[in-house]
Amino acid sequence: MTLMKSLMGAAAAVALTAGAALAEPALIFDLGGKFDKSFNEAAHNGASRWAEETGGTYREIEMQSEAQREQALRRFAEAGSNPIITMGFGMADPLSAVAADYPDTTFVVVDVTWLDAPNLRQVGFAEHEGSYLVGMMAAMASKSGTVGFIGGMDVPLIRHFGCGYAQGAKAVNPEINVVANMTGTTPAAWNDPVKGSELTKAQISQGADVVYAAAGGTGVGVLQTAADEGILSIGVDSNQNHLHPGKVLTSMLKRVDVAVYDAMSAGDNVETGVFVMGLAEDGVGYAMDDNNAPLVSDDMKAAVDKARQDIIDGNVSVVSYYENDSCPALQF
Amino acid sequence: MEKMPKWADVVLIPVISLLLATILSAIVILAIGEDPIEAVNLMVTGALGSTYGWGYTLYYATNFIFTGLAVAVAFHARLFNIGGEGQAMLGGLGVAMVCLYVDWPHWSIALIAAALGAALFGAAWAAIPAYLQAKRGSHIVITTIMFNFIAAAFLNYMLVNVMRPQGSQDPATARFPEAVHLPTFQSMFSSAENIVFRGAPANISFFVALLACVAVWALIWRTRLGYEIRAYGHSETGAVYAGISPVRITIVAMLISGALAGLMAINNVMGEAERLVLNSTEGAGFIGIAVALMGRSHPFGVFLAAILFGFLYQGGAELALWTSIPRELIVVIQALVILFTGALDNMVRMPLEKLFLALRKGSA
Repeated sequence: MTLMKSLMGAAAAVALTAGAALAEPALIFDLGGKFDKSFNEAAHNGASRWAEETGGTYREIEMQSEAQREQALRRFAEAGSNPIITMGFGMADPLSAVAADYPDTTFVVVDVTWLDAPNLRQVGFAEHEGSYLVGMMAAMASKSGTVGFIGGMDVPLIRHFGCGYAQGAKAVNPEINVVANMTGTTPAAWNDPVKGSELTKAQISQGADVVYAAAGGTGVGVLQTAADEGILSIGVDSNQNHLHPGKVLTSMLKRVDVAVYDAMSAGDNVETGVFVMGLAEDGVGYAMDDNNAPLVSDDMKAAVDKARQDIIDGNVSVVSYYENDSCPALQF
Repeated sequence: MEKMPKWADVVLIPVISLLLATILSAIVILAIGEDPIEAVNLMVTGALGSTYGWGYTLYYATNFIFTGLAVAVAFHARLFNIGGEGQAMLGGLGVAMVCLYVDWPHWSIALIAAALGAALFGAAWAAIPAYLQAKRGSHIVITTIMFNFIAAAFLNYMLVNVMRPQGSQDPATARFPEAVHLPTFQSMFSSAENIVFRGAPANISFFVALLACVAVWALIWRTRLGYEIRAYGHSETGAVYAGISPVRITIVAMLISGALAGLMAINNVMGEAERLVLNSTEGAGFIGIAVALMGRSHPFGVFLAAILFGFLYQGGAELALWTSIPRELIVVIQALVILFTGALDNMVRMPLEKLFLALRKGSA
């Protein structure tokens, strides 16, 4: 009884405070935390942009443990939050267990596309397409014929980034040597700039003169060392060109912020289904601004834009690592 | 003669330490502009105010009982096993293999087999550092820490390359079959009209943890092996003089310790997640050190300390859900409790001892 009472109490309290206003959205960050300079922070940026523009409020929680995933989903759903936006592939399994229990709540999940539930909006990104474009730029900017890739934690998602990058580089120069390293095998690999710096130095000694970091907070160390050692680097997720003006060739954009912003703007009648945001939807792309304009020649830009159009039109296909858990252009 | 009565050592010191930690946490919460009374209220009602809250508190506590006992057993032999984390990870691998690759007719048989698998894998992971310590004198603190990293890398390899189902992008095994799902508190204690522990992960392995507490107590204080472990822990030279082999005791104590840490996996892997994920232990192996310190390496103390840490975890989750207190601050609160109850023990003990001595002189 006590449980039911407290649940009813909680529901009543929420109903009172919410009044006639629309249901409040909720945002659940992954274990990396709100300020990871990358994936989760992009979600935070999207949410704060929505809050600033509309004056709306939202609930949020940063995960601390695996058991909290399902707990947070249920608690927010019972408190009437709608939609509930979640980040990362770790939410896939809890969502498949929880979503059916709350048919009136819409759940949004970023980086998951393989679930089946009517009240679920799944947003994936074609990271391999964006990585393909920056891979081309890396190969064109490289003078040594060797380019590097530094991943965060060794999980399929990051291999997916690396695979697109290698394909892009090889499309420009079939002879190019792509050096790939992962930072680690624990979640600490997402936030280890020192290791990122060491790996960059190791890749430079192997001849790399452009490195692409797909490693969350670790990438900060990669970009720093590349700038110090006078080679070019490529940022990821957000536009990181400004971190070292004139030293960062470009950034592979993954618009997580747009996905979150869109879901919050649509509110509780957000459209459900599977949405893959690729080049055509501007979900991924490469960043151009004043900081990297001198680095990108007109030829380079023309070639990349042509490839972009070719991929959208279907004339060029970038193989996804997920298709058969292997990469045609790179061995991990 | 003892400086102060036993009850003061067992009850008064932890309570005062806890009070100090609470006061300091309250100041920190005040400093960031939140209401500390409201925060404490949220934590207590969230963790202990409903069967739902208890379901989470006891779930976390079950993990900490196992890892706390693991550290405690090693402590008795004066071995500092920091490798509970890695041993619990490997225990998870053992559980996953038992649950996935064998067709079990009923959860009870599967639980026994999974517990054996978890204990075996955990003990095996502790065996190498134990051997290196016993035969080569490589310090157990260093080797067990290093083995945590090796365990993480090994688990990553197994999950990304071997055990991940085709097509899934999540580095985790498939779900365990229905037959090996352990009964949760909800299914054990709910009646048709009164559902308790709804959705909480606490499960039958809590009782296995209680059994483990009794077993460890019996082992340490009621068996010859336990006597040898304690004797070795108090004085190695004395133990050798009494004919106790340091090599044997080191290895046996570490094997038991590793097995207990591995056993944690029946709770978090088999009971809660029902599949093996990369981050399944989430630091419980390290919390076990604090739990064993606070529980004075006694199973009953470990049990109480584990409940306290379970409360801190679940209460912290409720704080994160309903306030804007950032998650880092919740870790600070948890750390303050560890600091006061574990590391700053003497800060409370010494003045108390003086006080008791003064009182005794006064009455004499």
